Amino acid sequence: MGSLFEYFSAFGPNAARWASLFEGFGQNLLLFFVTLITAIPIGLVITYCSMSRFKPLMLLSRTFVWIIRGTPLMLQLFVVWFVPGLLFDVHMKSRMTAAMIAFSINYAAYFSEIYRGGIESIPKGQYEAGQVLGMTKAQVFFRVVLMQVIKRITAPMGNEFMTLVKDTSLARTIAVAEILMSAERFTKQGVIWPLFATALFFLAMCGLLTLLLNHIEKKLSYYNV
Amino acid sequence: MAILEVKNIYKSFGDVEVLKGISFSMERGEIIAVLGSSGSGKTTLLRCINFLERATKGEIYVDGNCIFDAEEGRVSTAEMRARQLNFGLVFQSFNLFPQYTALENLTLAARLQAKEKPDFKKNKKLILKNINERAAFLLGKMGLEDKLDAYPCELSGGQQQRVSIARALMLSPKILFFDEPTSALDPEITQEILKIIKRLAARHVTMIIVTHEIEFARNVADRIIFMNDGIVIEDGTPEDVINNPKNERTRAFLSKMMD
Repeated sequence: MGSLFEYFSAFGPNAARWASLFEGFGQNLLLFFVTLITAIPIGLVITYCSMSRFKPLMLLSRTFVWIIRGTPLMLQLFVVWFVPGLLFDVHMKSRMTAAMIAFSINYAAYFSEIYRGGIESIPKGQYEAGQVLGMTKAQVFFRVVLMQVIKRITAPMGNEFMTLVKDTSLARTIAVAEILMSAERFTKQGVIWPLFATALFFLAMCGLLTLLLNHIEKKLSYYNV
Repeated sequence: MAILEVKNIYKSFGDVEVLKGISFSMERGEIIAVLGSSGSGKTTLLRCINFLERATKGEIYVDGNCIFDAEEGRVSTAEMRARQLNFGLVFQSFNLFPQYTALENLTLAARLQAKEKPDFKKNKKLILKNINERAAFLLGKMGLEDKLDAYPCELSGGQQQRVSIARALMLSPKILFFDEPTSALDPEITQEILKIIKRLAARHVTMIIVTHEIEFARNVADRIIFMNDGIVIEDGTPEDVINNPKNERTRAFLSKMMD
């Protein structure tokens, strides 16, 4: 009986540590999915502005993309978390909210450029064929162009999704209790393995994403653009 | 009354004037071939009539109704589309929609139009069935009855061009335009497309064909317009234009093309 007790007490703290890593990774996943759900459509809006024929809007949008892509995401996290409070006395509801906002804006800027590349790669003839068939601009975009764009941007978007999975750990800089922060806490107790165990979580998530993206590419391979 | 009347069309790209006052008119059932060397403006003329380029000056009438006037302000989207549908256009590079089957390439625009009609919801099944049947019928006419569900990437160049001709016919345009329909095709396949155009000619489909195939123009067209440097320098029957060209440029072009 004694040995069993010993077994449990030895097993207990590590089990607790694993639980804490799982809990932390839940935050990473939350941030990941919220960022995807918001950044994918916001990116489309930015693309629309960046490709606008109305020059001021186009320049504004491209300057915005330049600033977002030209500064570290870590800095953007600090800005979203601290600046509203310092300047306007408005405080972020939670650290997680701040992280979600910063990530959404940051990834939307990157997505917008991928969309733009995809849209600009569609031959003019596709738009013209739609037009001579009496389709409206919106019909041509949603019925003809969009599917081809999606096919063309699957690979670069997949890259961004992978990067995003790992970038979520940057939220630690404004003290969101994500997985690396949980693991780091244990190093202070002299337990170093959880820090390396975090890699398993990221690898698992990226592995799942790879499978999913392969599946999507296969689904879209029934035609050539 | 003339089915199409083009009046004094000018078109410039920046400082380059490509069309310098083009005027002609055509009757219902007439078939016009537009010849001319590269850079003479024939494709630009076609694109201006089909609203793919906006002419700098001039007017265009269909059945006596003005459908384009360079002086005119913005036209509503619905009006623009109605004007657009007077014409069908077959492109040099087919421009089929790659993610849709041959049949869907034909039905897409027709379905979108049908959906806007007030009685669509009530007769949905019947309307869609009619659209599908018409599309299958047209593809059958093109000898593609076994390719209805094929994607463009699974079709040869000649088959793709036949789908695109069927697609242009789908919405029953008053005038069918061809922009060098065989330039992207092998010589043997060229004949297959020309045969189809001849069949349309036999059914008196009103057509304007921009082409380099002089023999074909001579055999099929009622009239040949020869363009050079943005103006029409010959306009007459094939006998007149090909056998007795008035202009030195036409003679030079024909002798170069016919040997």
